[in-house]
Amino acid sequence: MSEDHQNDDEREAVVEGVGKAQASRRRFLQVLGAATATAATSQADAAPWEEYFQQHYKRLTDEDKRAIFARLEAEVQDKYGVTVRINDPKPIDGVEFAYALNLQACVGCRRCEYACAQENNTSRSPEMHYIRVLQMDKGSLDVERSNTTYEGAVPTPEHYYQPVQCHQCRDAPCVRACPVNATWAEPDGIVVVDYNWCIGCRYCEAACPYFARRFNYEEPTVRPSEINPDQGYLSNRLRPRGVMEKCTYCLHRTRKGLMPACLEACPTGSRKFGNLLDPNSEVRQVIETKRVYILHEDAGTNPRFYYYFG
Amino acid sequence: MRDFIAFVRSSLGAVVHGSSAYYRWLAFLGVWMLLGCAAATYQFANGLGVSSLTDQVPWGVYIANFSFLVGLAAASVLVVIPAYVYRDAALYDVSILGELLAVAAMVMSLLFIVVDLGHPELFWHLLPMLGILNFPQSMLAWDVVVINGYLFINAYVVSYLLYSKYCGRVPNKRWYFPVLLLGVVWAVGIHTIPAFLYASLGGRPFWHSAVLAPRFLASAFTSGPALLIIALTVVRDQMHFPVREEALHRLRQIVGVAAVFNLFLTVSEIFVEIYPGTSHSASMRYILVGLHGHNLLVPYIWSGIALSVFAAVVFLARPLYSRPKVLLVACACAVIGVWIEKGMGLVIPGFIPTSLGEIVEYSPSFIEFCVSAGIWAIGAFLYTLMLKVAVPIELGTLRLPGAPNERIGLDPIRGAA
Repeated sequence: MSEDHQNDDEREAVVEGVGKAQASRRRFLQVLGAATATAATSQADAAPWEEYFQQHYKRLTDEDKRAIFARLEAEVQDKYGVTVRINDPKPIDGVEFAYALNLQACVGCRRCEYACAQENNTSRSPEMHYIRVLQMDKGSLDVERSNTTYEGAVPTPEHYYQPVQCHQCRDAPCVRACPVNATWAEPDGIVVVDYNWCIGCRYCEAACPYFARRFNYEEPTVRPSEINPDQGYLSNRLRPRGVMEKCTYCLHRTRKGLMPACLEACPTGSRKFGNLLDPNSEVRQVIETKRVYILHEDAGTNPRFYYYFG
Repeated sequence: MRDFIAFVRSSLGAVVHGSSAYYRWLAFLGVWMLLGCAAATYQFANGLGVSSLTDQVPWGVYIANFSFLVGLAAASVLVVIPAYVYRDAALYDVSILGELLAVAAMVMSLLFIVVDLGHPELFWHLLPMLGILNFPQSMLAWDVVVINGYLFINAYVVSYLLYSKYCGRVPNKRWYFPVLLLGVVWAVGIHTIPAFLYASLGGRPFWHSAVLAPRFLASAFTSGPALLIIALTVVRDQMHFPVREEALHRLRQIVGVAAVFNLFLTVSEIFVEIYPGTSHSASMRYILVGLHGHNLLVPYIWSGIALSVFAAVVFLARPLYSRPKVLLVACACAVIGVWIEKGMGLVIPGFIPTSLGEIVEYSPSFIEFCVSAGIWAIGAFLYTLMLKVAVPIELGTLRLPGAPNERIGLDPIRGAA
C-alpha cells in the first residue's frame, strides 16, 4: 500500500515538474483564450479552443476546473435541456476502496449491469455496459467456457454467475500502457480517465486482462429524461466520442459515503464494498474470514476486487 | 544557400518530368490517395464507429499495417551494414534506395497510428513539455520515440548524402557517419519495441511470448529486403539505374536465411502453444483451425503460411531463384506472407477470445480498407518521388550547374576512412 502511494506521489511530482515548465505556456494560452473570448461574440464561440487546449486534469488549477465544469454544464443544458451539476469529490485520506463479490449468492439477474448504466450515463445506443455478467459452467472457473449472452430465467441449475467489472488494479496495466497519462490510479485506488486528455489509442483496452474498458466508437447517446444530473468530472459526466471510459466504483457517490449503484441494485446482497484500510469494514471482514478467489491472479495486476464463496 | 535553392529547384524539376508510364503510375496512386483522404475525412467526421472495431477487438487493419511497416524499414539497415561497415560496393550503390524505403515505411506507419486514434487532433498531448509523453512506462510512448527518431535519422542521412552529391562533393564522413551508425543501433529498437508493445501485455497470452521480438526481427529481415529486390528490379528496368547482380544476389541470400528462420520461429511458436493444449492456446487454435465454429481468419492465415513456405523454397533452390521472374514472384510472396502473418494474423487473434472468453470476429470495413489503401498509395507515391530525385543524383546526371557529372561511389568513402 505505502508503495502504491509512493508511486502516486512520484507520478504527481513528475506531472508537477513538467507543470512548472508549463506555466508560461499556460499563461500564453490564457492570453490566447482571452483574446479569442473578446474577439468572439459569445462564450460558446470560444469554447472549442478552450476545450482543444485544455490541460491535463492534474495540471488544472481550481479556477481552471470551475470554468471547465461551468462550460460542460452549459453544454449539457444547450444540448439536452437538462440541468446537471458537475462536481469533483477528492479521494479521502486513509481510504482505499475495494470490492468483494459472493459467487455463491449471485443469481445472474444483471440488475447491477443496468443500474450501473443508469447511474453512470453510459451510452444507450450503441449500448454500453461496464459490468459483464458471465454465466459459468459448474465445475469450472475457466471464463473461456462462460457465456455472456445468456437469456431466460436465472439462475439455472447447471450454472453459476460471475459479474466482472474494472478491478481497480494496484499494478494496473492500463495505466502503464497509456502513452499520455490520460488514465491513472487515484490515492484511494480508483483508476480514472481524463476524458478530455485521452487521445483514443485503445492501448489500455488491449492491456486490460478484465475486459473492463469501453471505447466510444460512436457519439454516446442518453435520453435527456434518463440523464443522471449528479455527475463527477472523473466518473459519470457525459462522455465525448472517441475516448475511453470505465467503472470508477461510482466515485462521485462512494467518496461521499454512499455505496456504488451496482451494490444498491443487487437483490441478493452478493456485493460488498468498503474501505480496505478500515479493519471493521465489511469488505475487510470478507477477505479475512471467507475463501477468496482473484480472477486472473496470474496476470499479476493485484486487483482491488475479490470474489468469495459463502 | 543558393546551392540549396538550386537543389530544391532541380528536385522539383526531376519530380514533374517523366515518361508517360511515370505519369500513369502517379495518377493511379493519386486516385487511391484521394479515395483514402475522402475515407479518412469521413472517419474523422463520423468517428471510429465507421470501422468494424469493437471493444472486444479494438485494434484492426490499421495497427496490423503499422506492425508490418515498421518491419519493412529493415530494408535500410540490411543494406547500410554491408555497404558502410563491410564496404560492399554492390550494395553501397543501391543503399540509398533502401534508406528511402525506410523513410517511406516510417511515414506510412506513423499515418497508420494517426488514423487509428479516436482523437488524432489531440496529438499534441503526446509532445513532451506541451503535453505528457508517458515515457519510459508506456511501450506506445517508446514506439512514438523510436519511429520518429528512425524517420529523422534516415531522412537526415539520405538528404545529406544526396545534397552533397548534387553539389558534386564527396559526402563528408563526419557529417553523416555517426548518425548512420546511430541508425544501425536504432534499427534494433525499431524492430524490437513494436514487438514489446504486444509482448508486454501479460493479459494477452497470444502475444505474451519471448519469441515475438525475434519473430519481428526475422520477418522484418524477410519483407524489407524482399521488397527492395522488387524495387531495385523496377528501378533498373524503368529508370536505367545500374544494379549489379551481386547486389540482388546478396539481398537474396539475406532474404533466404531470414525467411527460413522466420518460418522456424513461427513453427516453434505454434508447437509450444498447441502441443500442451493449455487454455492459453485458444487464440492460436482460433487462427489455425477456428474456435467454437468461428473461423473467419483460418483461410487467411493458411494462405499466408503457404506463400511464406513457397518463397522460402524458391530462395533456397538455385534452379528456381536463378530465374529472375521466379525470384520476383517469390519476393512478392514473401512480402505478402509476412504482411498476413505479422499484420492481421498477429493483431486480431490476440483479442480472440477476449480475456473473459467472448469471441467476436473482425474483418475491416469498407472505410478501413479505403483509408489503408490510401496510406499505402501515399507511401508508394512518396517513394516514387524520392527515387525520381535520388536516382539521377546517384547516376551523376542531376548536378548543380558546373559540378562534375560523375558517379560518386564507394571509393571516396574508403578515401575518407
